[in-house]
Amino acid sequence: MSQEHRHQSNRRRLIKAAGAATASAGLELLGAPAFAQGARRIKLGYVAPITGPLASFGEPCRYVVDQMQARFKTISIAGRSVPVEIVLKDSQSNSNRAAEVAAELILKDRIDLMLVSSTPDTTNPVADQCEVNEMPCISTDCPWQPWFFGRGGKPEVGFKWAYHFFWGLEDVIEVFTNMWNSVQTNKVVAGMFPNDADGNAWGDPKLGLPPALARQGFKLIDPGRYQVLTNDFSAQIAAFKKANCEIVTGNMIPPDFKTFWTQARQQGYRPKVVSIGKALLFAPAIEALGDLGDGLTSEVWWGPTHPFKSSLTGQSAGQLVSAYESATKRQWAQSLGFSHALFEVAADVLKRARSIDDKPGLRDAIAATKLSTIVGPVAWTGKPVKNISKTPLVGGQWVKGKRYKYELLVVNNKTAPGVPLGGKMKLLS
Amino acid sequence: MPAALLGWTDTLVQGVMLGGLYGLFAVGLSLVFGVMRIVNIAHGDLIVLAAFGAIVATSASGTVPAPGLPLWIAAPLVVAAMYAFGYILQRGVLNTTIAGGELPPLLVTFGVSIVIQNLLLEFYSADPRSLAAGGLETRSVELFAGVTVGVLPLATLAIALGITAFLQWLFGRTNIGRAFRAASDDPEIAGLMGIATRHVYALATALALAVVAIAGMLLAVRTTVAPADGPNNLIYAFEAVIIGGLGSFWGTLAGGVILGISQAIGFRLSPGWGAFAGHIVFLAILALRPQGLFPRTRTQA
Repeated sequence: MSQEHRHQSNRRRLIKAAGAATASAGLELLGAPAFAQGARRIKLGYVAPITGPLASFGEPCRYVVDQMQARFKTISIAGRSVPVEIVLKDSQSNSNRAAEVAAELILKDRIDLMLVSSTPDTTNPVADQCEVNEMPCISTDCPWQPWFFGRGGKPEVGFKWAYHFFWGLEDVIEVFTNMWNSVQTNKVVAGMFPNDADGNAWGDPKLGLPPALARQGFKLIDPGRYQVLTNDFSAQIAAFKKANCEIVTGNMIPPDFKTFWTQARQQGYRPKVVSIGKALLFAPAIEALGDLGDGLTSEVWWGPTHPFKSSLTGQSAGQLVSAYESATKRQWAQSLGFSHALFEVAADVLKRARSIDDKPGLRDAIAATKLSTIVGPVAWTGKPVKNISKTPLVGGQWVKGKRYKYELLVVNNKTAPGVPLGGKMKLLS
Repeated sequence: MPAALLGWTDTLVQGVMLGGLYGLFAVGLSLVFGVMRIVNIAHGDLIVLAAFGAIVATSASGTVPAPGLPLWIAAPLVVAAMYAFGYILQRGVLNTTIAGGELPPLLVTFGVSIVIQNLLLEFYSADPRSLAAGGLETRSVELFAGVTVGVLPLATLAIALGITAFLQWLFGRTNIGRAFRAASDDPEIAGLMGIATRHVYALATALALAVVAIAGMLLAVRTTVAPADGPNNLIYAFEAVIIGGLGSFWGTLAGGVILGISQAIGFRLSPGWGAFAGHIVFLAILALRPQGLFPRTRTQA
């Protein structure tokens, strides 16, 4: 089931380049390592969940890798043009598998730089492998707390080899409460948190939603952690009905949310606002809800109206989305921008690197990044902690669309006023 | 009714409804094991496959050809297609492995599971999908004051009851049922008596997959399905079969309902205890009464 994505054409190019190097070797008699360096290529390893339950996150990866491989035939490092090869590996949404393919990339494929994206199950084990094997690593698409604290990170020490850019729990809490404060409710909130890395982080009584909601005058009804892929939510629904919760929040996966939301309707529970992390990120999951998808709200990491441009291709967010949609015939997904930005950072790091064989130098080049990417500025300034760079987050609502069944509109941009509003937040009917 | 009592009544009612779904999952598994002694690891994936079949048949647009049939036409077609697929799967693949004992067919079904997951992923991507049932999914009825149940779970339970009654009748009262039992008890003697065991086995799997098709479609209306969701449906089906005892369809359905009620009670105590409570009941029965609560004790029909 191993998903390996090597590029044939690149291999051929490589053979050609090697041939050219052999031919020119005679001319550079004095430059003894000329042959070895001419044959040297940069290998980028990329791990993402392409199959398995979290594959919706990894969906745009193949497109991004194809686009990048077509673009990055060679890259100029320290004045020399070096061919680039991208090796994409599938974590199968499984953390053991993610660690395994990461080790394989480092030890067998002998990559020069590791890229990893999408959900703690994939980013964490890969970053850990890089830490152990002293491999520079750029990571994204996972809230920073599960990435940092989930791997046992200490704020004063941080990590040596892995650097991560994304938003954090404090951002999603702010975005959600901003949205809820913009409409009229009784401020009683129902919490649906599963017993997984995300659910435990969101529901954490010290660092998660509970204290932040209490500070803002919201009352949280949290019946407790449930098992992922539960078939019945009647107990929670009864508790929420009893407490008259007008807002529902949490972090759920799509099948659990559909089970919950249909059962809620069957059992006559009708909240005014539903803001859920993870389950409501991608259009296909909303479509699967049928008419029940209208008006649900979610965090928006990135979208076609974000006012950023790619440092690699010059495309605006909107242009990247159109290019993706016309190439894949699929509606855009938020992870597209982050997957693209991963390669923007990688290219920028390689351009600034003095030598590709100097791993600590490459790592220092990552740490020194100051780049304006398609998802916003990326720079590791030590805030909120070492190894983490934060990108902006806004609030969005799914509404019936014209081109697609549902479209995601930005309805709250208090946290990032640069992102234009797409509409006004509405209550659920 | 006092509030606490009402709450527990609601829990029990919802548990029975959930049990209907588990029972439906389990009946197909029980049938295949009962007749052929095959542990069908691909059972959950076949449920997902049937769900995808119905979703594709009813959707009107998409990157793959979609006929856009109404559900009432698509549903019998999917059942028929799964019936045919079951026949071919047993006759063409599983029958060839059955002579080697219990392990080879188990490994083959494991392979079938992987093949189904990856083919679905390749053709339909990892998107979660669901089956639209024209608003049926959100309709509900009030059983008595304070306890409302969805029409869909109620229909699921009714269908599970209907299918169980039908299978029990088929096995107990018809010639083909006698052939199933004979082939199950002693394939060699059954063969000598003129029963074409290979054909009978294929019919049993076909029948099981027809039930699977119904279960898959109901699941896809209830929640979303994605290519990797199959194994998760398998575990509850297994537990229901073990709790109920092998060989009796009413026992299997009862096993499903017991599992559903245990989970609902667990959920009510704490949301994290639902699946756990089900597992505990399952383990307790496995330890104290490994033959299940309602094993096939009748020696004469």
